[in-house]
Amino acid sequence: MCLAIPGKILEVETNGQGVLMGRANFGGIVKQVCLEYTPDVIKGDYVLVHVGFALSKVDEEEAARTYRLLEDMKQLGELDVPDIQPFPAANESPP
Amino acid sequence: MKYLDEYRSETLAKKVVEEIQRTVTRPWVLMEVCGGQTHSIVKYGIDRLLPEGVELVHGPGCPVCVTSLEMIDKAHAIARRDDVIFCSFGDMLRVPGSNGDLLILKSRGADIRIVYSPIDCLQIARAHPDKKVVFFAIGFETTAPANAMSVWQARQQGIKNFSILVSHVLVPPSIASILQSPQNRVQGFLGPGHVCTVMGFQEYEPIAARFRVPIVITGFEPLDLLEGTLMTVRQLEAGRAEVENQYPRVVKREGNRVAQELVNKVFEVCDRKWRGVGLIPKSGYKLRWEFRDHDAERLFDVKDIDTAEPAICISGLVLRGVKKPHDCPAFGKQCTPDHPLGATMVSAEGACAAYYAYGRHLQLPANQESVPV
Repeated sequence: MCLAIPGKILEVETNGQGVLMGRANFGGIVKQVCLEYTPDVIKGDYVLVHVGFALSKVDEEEAARTYRLLEDMKQLGELDVPDIQPFPAANESPP
Repeated sequence: MKYLDEYRSETLAKKVVEEIQRTVTRPWVLMEVCGGQTHSIVKYGIDRLLPEGVELVHGPGCPVCVTSLEMIDKAHAIARRDDVIFCSFGDMLRVPGSNGDLLILKSRGADIRIVYSPIDCLQIARAHPDKKVVFFAIGFETTAPANAMSVWQARQQGIKNFSILVSHVLVPPSIASILQSPQNRVQGFLGPGHVCTVMGFQEYEPIAARFRVPIVITGFEPLDLLEGTLMTVRQLEAGRAEVENQYPRVVKREGNRVAQELVNKVFEVCDRKWRGVGLIPKSGYKLRWEFRDHDAERLFDVKDIDTAEPAICISGLVLRGVKKPHDCPAFGKQCTPDHPLGATMVSAEGACAAYYAYGRHLQLPANQESVPV
């Protein structure tokens, strides 16, 4: 939770709520990531992700290095928590 | 994959260690601030590679560890309510409060859910309009942007049944508090790489100047930690006290401005109690008044819960770098990750848990001072 996990951006989209989102690949696990704090990222970029939010861009080498370190230290457990769903979908009305 | 191994290269590491040896003329005590750095140091035995006299002590940078007992008791009071779905990062579920942990409460029927991100709670809140969805918003500056965005989006989207129980803590005031303590031994800091990815490192500059301590923003790889140590002892030996960046491949001086902006819109600085340490002035975030409708502490009237912490372990001294885990007679005996007695054993990022995970309770008898070799 405290250490950022690097992921590769597979897709960038603005969801129905106007929120910049993406899908990121974390060593084979694909998860939804909010890109509001890194608005200039494009598909193929590597980002450091804290609890579902990309907070900085890194190069591929740094991403691989960080991922391996976290793997060695068994600090990737949070990726096993399933996505609830992307961002609240556009077609759902608020309660 | 040569580039991957550069930061683990024994030859390079040896060169840096030799350079540290050449640089050092007297003993120095350095603190790595972040729990992730502690984990890496203990796993790779970085502290044992350093020349005698250069001592690494472990800092307060584990957010799960330093979340106050009182705040956990507040979480329990909220989570046990029938009308609440209580959401948390997984790490917090086994942290003991005054009456067991959240897992026990869950086993007794409370609706407690682990989420990957606070933003997931918005979806849960939409799906359960009859329930109040509460997220346990803990962490340092690294999780603040996520928590701020969840509240911001809840307001934007009119999701009224979502609130957060805020227990945010901040690194710079904790460093200042360590330096102000009469027991302080720390002469230089390896600053927290990922926290500075978000916040930058400008706010460390007045601390370095005021307390005359070098602060070197440092990464997490073994070679990062050795280089950070070298940069810090070089400053100490030269009588310099500056903020330097060992980790420029990730950290920029200004940090992530977009994230800082939203954090400042949603949160304001407040006094905060730290587990094992006590109250540190201006060391946390709370929600700004305009977001009070998303403030669980206010909505559930738990502000008056006031828990005194039992003086059963020395975690407060470990968090401030005054003691090491194996200075504690309970370490690895009465106190283990399965039965943690205090802050630094409750999470994998805590210093005591890291020492235990890498077998240091087997290598050193209790009360024996560690001697870097």
